[in-house]
This record gives sequence, C-alpha cells and structure tokens, in this order.
Amino acid sequence: MRHFRSIDEVGTDGVTRLLDLADHMAEVNRRPNPKVPALRGKTVCNVFFEDSTRTRLSFETAAKRLSADIMNFGVSSSSVNKGESLRDTIETIAAMGVDAFVIRHGSSGVPWQVEQWTDAAVVNAGDGWHAHPTQALLDCYTIRTALHRTGGFDGLKIAIVGDVKHSRVARSDIRAFTLLGADVTLVAPRTLLPPTVDVPVTTDLDDVIGDVDVLYLLRMQRERMTESLVPSLREYTARFGLTPARAVALPEHALIMHPGPMNRGVEMAVDPGELPGAVITQQVTNGIAVRMAVLFELLGSGTELEDDE
Amino acid sequence: MTNSKQVLGPDDVRRAVTRMAHEIIERNQGLDAVALIGLQRGGVWLAETLGSEIERIERAVPVGSIDASLYRDDIGLRPVSPGSVSRIDFEIDGAIVVLVDDVLFTGRTVKAALDAITDYGRPSAVQLAVLVDRGHRELPIRPDFVGKNLPTSTDERVDATARGVDIS
Repeated sequence: MRHFRSIDEVGTDGVTRLLDLADHMAEVNRRPNPKVPALRGKTVCNVFFEDSTRTRLSFETAAKRLSADIMNFGVSSSSVNKGESLRDTIETIAAMGVDAFVIRHGSSGVPWQVEQWTDAAVVNAGDGWHAHPTQALLDCYTIRTALHRTGGFDGLKIAIVGDVKHSRVARSDIRAFTLLGADVTLVAPRTLLPPTVDVPVTTDLDDVIGDVDVLYLLRMQRERMTESLVPSLREYTARFGLTPARAVALPEHALIMHPGPMNRGVEMAVDPGELPGAVITQQVTNGIAVRMAVLFELLGSGTELEDDE
Repeated sequence: MTNSKQVLGPDDVRRAVTRMAHEIIERNQGLDAVALIGLQRGGVWLAETLGSEIERIERAVPVGSIDASLYRDDIGLRPVSPGSVSRIDFEIDGAIVVLVDDVLFTGRTVKAALDAITDYGRPSAVQLAVLVDRGHRELPIRPDFVGKNLPTSTDERVDATARGVDIS
C-alpha cells in the first residue's frame, strides 16, 4: 500500500487488512504506556487546509504512539496567506524530509494531485465532498468490534441519515460498508441526496428505524439552511432527527453512530449518553487505532525480504 | 514439502517439551511468580503445551502471548504481518517471564520481544525457552531451555510444531 486516499484505492482486502492491524494498535492503546517504537525516524506532516480538531489530533496522536515525528501545518499561520500555491507548499515541506502527508483540503481530488509533487505517502484526511477514508475505516472498526463482526458485515442493515449530498463521510462509509457486505440504506430529504446513488434510498426514517443494526446520523450542516435545502431545522429534526420516540423504536442491539461534531437538538435530539447503543466516543477512540494502522501500513511495511524464521 | 526432512517426530517433541517443563520447574523452584509468554506466532502453541505440562507436573502458571512485530528492527525492510493480538492478562512487574518460541535463529525476534515485554512492566527476570536452536545468532542472546540443538545452514527453513520438527 503506497497511499490511502479512498476506500476504492485499497479495496476489500486492504480494508480488512487495516482493520486486522487496528486490533494490534487498539491493544497498544489499552496499555499503561501506549507507545511502540515502530515508526522511529519517520516524519508525518499534517497539512490541513480546513478546520479540524478531532481528525488532526487523532492523526497526531496516532503518529506519536508509533514514535513517528509529527509536524503540523495550519493554513492560517502559513505562507498560503502570502499567496503561496498548494504545489509550492507541498514541495517546500517535502524538501524538509517528510515520509507521509496527511492532507485535508476543501477541493475534491487534492490528495491525487499532491502525489505528483512528492515521493512521500499521501493520506486523505478529507477532500471536499469526495472522501474521508480514515473516518470510514474507524466506523467499520467500531461496528466490527461492537457487534463482533470480524468476518465481515454480511446481512448487516445500516441506515445513513441526513445530508448525504455534501458528506464525504457518507460517500466513504457507503463504499466501505458495502465492500464488507452490509446492506446500506440512505435516509434523507431529496434535496440532500446526490443525483446518483447505487444503494436504496428512502425519505421515511420511521419506515426503517425498527429494523436497523446501525443508525448512522450525519451532521446537519447549518449553512445548508441558508441554501434552502431544508425548510427549517425544526422540521428536519421532526422528520430525520433521532428523537426520544425514535430512540425507543430502535432495536435493542442497534448501534447509534455520528462522525462529529454533533448538533445536539438537530440530528441528535436525545442525549446520546442515555442511549446504550451510542458508540460515538468509541468512534473517536477507535480513530486513533485505525490511523495508527494506516500509518504503519504505509510507512512500516516493506516488501523485499522473506520471513526469517 | 518435497525436500522436507523430519528431524524430530511427534513423540520426540512431546518428550522434549516434558523435559523442558521439568527444567523450568527445577530452575525456578516453587514456580513463584513464573509466567510463560509465547512469541507470535510460532511460540504460542509451545507456551500453551509447556503450560499444561508444568500444570500436570507441579501447578498452573499464567500463560500469555506477545506479538513483537511493532518492535522489530527491520520494519520497512520486509512485509510485516502481525499475528494475533498480544494477550498478557497478568502482572509483568516482578514476574519471572519465560519467553517461549519455536525456533531460535538470529535472535532478532527475541530482542524485539524483550523490548515489547518491558513496555508492559519490569519483570524480575526473563528466561528463554525454545524448541529448536538452529544457530546463526546475530545478537548476544542465548536460550535457557532448549528442546534440541540443530545445526543448519542459513538458507534452510525449520518448521517446529507439535507434529514434529522439519528442515526444508
């Protein structure tokens, strides 16, 4: 594996391999001293052109627990404000000796461009509306551990609810969940669906909620309100939010997931702390393990020599 | 397995393991604080077998397993495929850890395992038990308990399981 920019780039085998590797990383994270020397001497650079706290911190923690050095590049404090181009920025950082770029950018496809300007590995931490593959990986890992689905997601019913159209999380999740064998249904107002989808779609959450194994709520981005894609947040909550009445309708074993940051009172109209199926904090914890798996797979796994004993 | 030659049969392995169990008990009188840790992957079955032999002869000791792939000194030079997740559900601080592996070769895996174990705690001592010592050490590491010393050339392959020890 050279880069990790989309779920399709690594395929089912790659996803499964990274999830298996994440088990080892999760074991490291459970230790009193959660650090291993695996990536000593490697340098990872976070390049975030969009705001992020959890993803950036998660990658930073993952790199540190593998003993890699981490540099953080934030746009607001950089020469981008003086008009430096993306290519110059990347080439400048690459010249300092970087083994992996973790990149987030508002435009789709940037991680593919970046690859042409550097020999370093490229990890996509979110590009435009396109993809957020490490989020999909941590979501898969959370489902796999919480529901004991090590062998795959065959027959698992997952409903993804909300603004699918503008969500790179949804796009990567749909790919990853489907690759692992799950039956994914999208639940959203028609204005918040992409023009083409290859999984079933419904506008009636109550129709599916009694029969899901995983309820995945997407963040309702408030700026969509001003684009008149939904009539009002209150109406959105009434039709697509997780309300107390819907929480009761969920099957007992069902997981409730959210990529964060959460809009309480909008898509999440109950206190997730009171839902036994909510695994939202586990998602955050697991994010570190899967990102360690990705960094280790890209930087720590060679191909030349045979097993020695 | 065309060019494979069996050097120990299943009965030889069983006898060697029983003898090693006796030696471990003898060396660590009373077995106080002794714990066995098998190295992923090949050492795990041996640690478990030694554990049940020791229990049969004397008394039960904790048995765990450790995967040292994140501690190897050749990371980046070869494909790394970790075995099962490390499982150490006992206290390492103050324990006498007997590291168990199937084949001792360069010693680099053992070195990685020593590094890994000290991340879990500070054992009062670490001993090394291997079913086969095939020589060609690249580090100053020597086993405390050996099933069989087996001279080999570096390009040979040694497989050691409960079914026997084969060279190919």
